[in-house]
Amino acid sequence: MTAATHDEHHAGPPSSFLDRWLFTTNHKDIGTLYLLFALLMFFVGGAMAMVIRAELFQPGMQLVDPYFFNQMTTMHALVMIFGAVMPAFVGLANWMIPIQIGAPDMALPRMNNWSFWILPFAFAIMLATFLMPGGALAGGWTMYPPLMLQHGMAFPFAIFAIHLLGISSIMGAINVVATILNMRAPGMTLMKMPLFVWTWLITAYLIIAVMPVLAGAITMLLTDQYFGTSFFSAAGGGDPVMYQHIFWFFGHPEVYIMILPAFGIVSAIIPTFARKPLFGYSSMVYAVASIAFLSFIVWAHHMFTVGMPLAGELFFMYATMLIAVPTGVKVFNWIATMWRGAMTFETPMLFAIGFVILFTIGGLSGIMLAIAPADYQYHDTYFVVAHFHYVLVTGAVFSLFAAAYYWLPKWTGHMYDERLGKWHFWLSVITVNVLFFPQHFLGLAGMPRRIPDYAVQFTEFNMISSIGGFAFGLSQLIFVWVVIKCIRGGEKATDQVWEGARGLEWTLSSPPPYHSFTTPPKIESSAGLEGSPR
Amino acid sequence: MMWGWFGAVVNESVSGLYSEQMDRSFRWGMIWFIFSEVMFFAAFFGALFYARVFSVPWLGGADPATSVHIWDTVVLSWPTAGPGFLDLEFEPMGAWALPTINTLILLTSGVTLTIAHHALKENHRGKLIWGLAATVALGFIFLGLQMYEYVHAYQDLNLRMDTGIYGSTFFMLTGFHGFHVLVGAVTLLVILARCIKGHFTPENHFGFEAAAWYWHFVDVVWLILFVFVYIL
Repeated sequence: MTAATHDEHHAGPPSSFLDRWLFTTNHKDIGTLYLLFALLMFFVGGAMAMVIRAELFQPGMQLVDPYFFNQMTTMHALVMIFGAVMPAFVGLANWMIPIQIGAPDMALPRMNNWSFWILPFAFAIMLATFLMPGGALAGGWTMYPPLMLQHGMAFPFAIFAIHLLGISSIMGAINVVATILNMRAPGMTLMKMPLFVWTWLITAYLIIAVMPVLAGAITMLLTDQYFGTSFFSAAGGGDPVMYQHIFWFFGHPEVYIMILPAFGIVSAIIPTFARKPLFGYSSMVYAVASIAFLSFIVWAHHMFTVGMPLAGELFFMYATMLIAVPTGVKVFNWIATMWRGAMTFETPMLFAIGFVILFTIGGLSGIMLAIAPADYQYHDTYFVVAHFHYVLVTGAVFSLFAAAYYWLPKWTGHMYDERLGKWHFWLSVITVNVLFFPQHFLGLAGMPRRIPDYAVQFTEFNMISSIGGFAFGLSQLIFVWVVIKCIRGGEKATDQVWEGARGLEWTLSSPPPYHSFTTPPKIESSAGLEGSPR
Repeated sequence: MMWGWFGAVVNESVSGLYSEQMDRSFRWGMIWFIFSEVMFFAAFFGALFYARVFSVPWLGGADPATSVHIWDTVVLSWPTAGPGFLDLEFEPMGAWALPTINTLILLTSGVTLTIAHHALKENHRGKLIWGLAATVALGFIFLGLQMYEYVHAYQDLNLRMDTGIYGSTFFMLTGFHGFHVLVGAVTLLVILARCIKGHFTPENHFGFEAAAWYWHFVDVVWLILFVFVYIL
C-alpha cells in the first residue's frame, strides 16, 4: 500500500484506459473530463435551442407540439446551466487552479473523482425523462409550483438528478476552497493570486452557500407532491410565492456562479494580449467580492410582479442597481488595461473583447430590468430572454471559448489553428447578435417568453433571430474541429505560448507533466504574476 | 470504490503518511461541508419564518388584497393547518416533557463527547471509549424518543405531515434534524470502533474531530429548532 502510493506520485498516467479515466484522481485528467463533458452537453442543449428557434421561425404551429416545445425550453436551460456552463468552469478550475498557485494537485483528489463521475449519471437520469410517460420537465427550469406539481413521472427523477448535480457542485466547490486556502506555493499570498483563482474562490463560496438551498426548495416540492406537506399551498397556510423566494435565493447567486469565473478568465487574457499588467488588481478583487455579497440580497428582482410589499420592491430594486457599481469598476479596469497597450488580436483576445462589449450590453439591459415599475412591462417577455442570453452566451460562453483558445496550447502542447479560430470568433460574434439582439425588440413589443406560437406582427424579428440561431449553432462546429485538430497535432507550442503571458502555468512545459509542481515553485516577490501588481 | 477509498484514507492515516497540509485540507473540507449543511437547514427555517411572518398573517386578513379574494374573514393564528383545513382538529406539539428531555440529552451528549476528546488528548483510552460510547448511546436514545414523539403526534394529537404548514414545517425540520442525528451517531459509532482498534493518537485524530464537529453542529441545529419550533 505504502509503496504503491509513493510510486504513483512520480509516474505518468496509468496505462489502462479505465484506470486512467474512471479511477483518476489527477486534476488535469479530471479537468479534461469536465471540459469534454461540458462540450458534449453544450451541443445537447444547443440542439434543443435549434428546435426552439425552428418552431419560432414562423407564427402558428410548425414542427413540434406545444408541450414538447415547453420541454425543450425547460431542458435547454437545465442542460446549459448545470451541464455545460458550470461543469466547464469546474473543468477549468481543475486544470488551472493547481498550476496557477503552484500546487501538485487539488487538495482532495479522491473526492474530485466523485464530483465529476456523479455528473454523467445525473444527466443520464435527467435526459432519460424524455422517454418517460408525460415527457421531460416542461414547467420552466425554475420549477415553480403549482405547475411543477402537475408533471408526470419526470418530476421525481429530474429532482433526484438535480440533487445529484448539487452534490457534485458542492463537492467540487469544497475542493476548490480547500485547494486555494491550503495548497498555495510558499510566497503565493492571497493578493498575489491570479484573478481566475480569486474569482473561483469566491464562486466556490457562493456554490457552497446556495446549492443546499436549492436542494431544500426542491425537497419541499417533492414532499408537497408525495407526502402531503403544504409549503407551497395556500390552503395549508403556505404560499407558492415562498417557493420563488427560496428558489431565487439560490437562483441569483447561481447566475454569478456562472459569470464570476468568466471575469477571472477575461482578467487573465486581456493583460496578456495588451502586454500590460492588469489595471487595478486589488479593486478587481474587491469588486468581485462585493458582487458576490450583493448577490445574496437581490433575489426578489426576479419576482417583482408576484405582489410583494412596496418596501420589498424598493429594497430589491435599489440593491440590484447597486451591483452596477462594482461591475462598472471591472469593465473600467479591463478597458484601462487595454489603454495604450501593445495589443494583438489572437482568438482568445477577440473573444475576451467580445465578452467585455457584449456582456456590458447584457448588464445594461439588466439595469433596465432592475427598475421595478419598468419590469412590470418587461417581465416574462423576450426582453428578459435577450438579457440573460447576452450575459450567459456572450458572457459566460464567450469567456469559455476565450479560455479554451488561451489554454489549449498549454493543455495539448500544440497551437490551435489561428485562422479557424478567427473564423469561429467572427461568425459567432455576428450571428449571436443576429440571434439575440432582435429579441430585445420582440420583448419590448410584448412577445412573452416560453410560447411556441405568437402574434403575426412578431414574425420578421423572429425569423431574423432564428436565422441567427441556426448560423450560430453551425458556427460552433468549427470550435469542435479546432479542438480535435489541436489535440491531434499542430505547430509545437512553447512553454510561455503567448508573448505577454505571465504566471506559473506558463513556466511549465506545454503540455505540462502529468504531475506538476511536486516540489513547490519559488515565488519571487515581483515575479510578474499575471494580474498582480508589479 | 468509495469503500476502498475510505479504507485507503484510514490506512494512509494509520501508517503515518499524513502531512500537516493534508490535515488542513481535511479540516477546510469538513468546515465547508458543515456550512453547506447549515444552508440546507436555513432553507427550511426560512420556510418556517416566511410562513409565520408573512403567509399565515396575510391569509388571515393582514393583507386584504390576498385574503378577500381567497378566504375572506378567516382568522388564523400559529399554529395552523391553513385556511383550507379550518375544521381539522389537531394539537400542536408542546415544548414540555419530551422535547425538553431531548434537549437535555443532546446537551449531555455534547458534554460526554468533549470529555472523550479531552481523554483522547491525554491518552486515557478507557475514558475515551466510555465517553464516546455514552455519546453514541445518548444519540440513539434521542432518536428513540423522537420516534416515540412522532407516534404520539400521529396517534394522540392528530398532528401529521399533511397537517397544513404547521405539520409540514414541524415534521420536515425535526425529521431532517433526526436524520442528521442518525448520520452523526453512525459516524461516531465508526469512530468508536476505530478508537477501540487504536487508530487515533493524541496528536493525530482528525477523524474523531470531524465527527465531533458534525455532532456539535447537529446539537446547535436542535437548539435553534427547540426555540423556534417547540417553544415559540
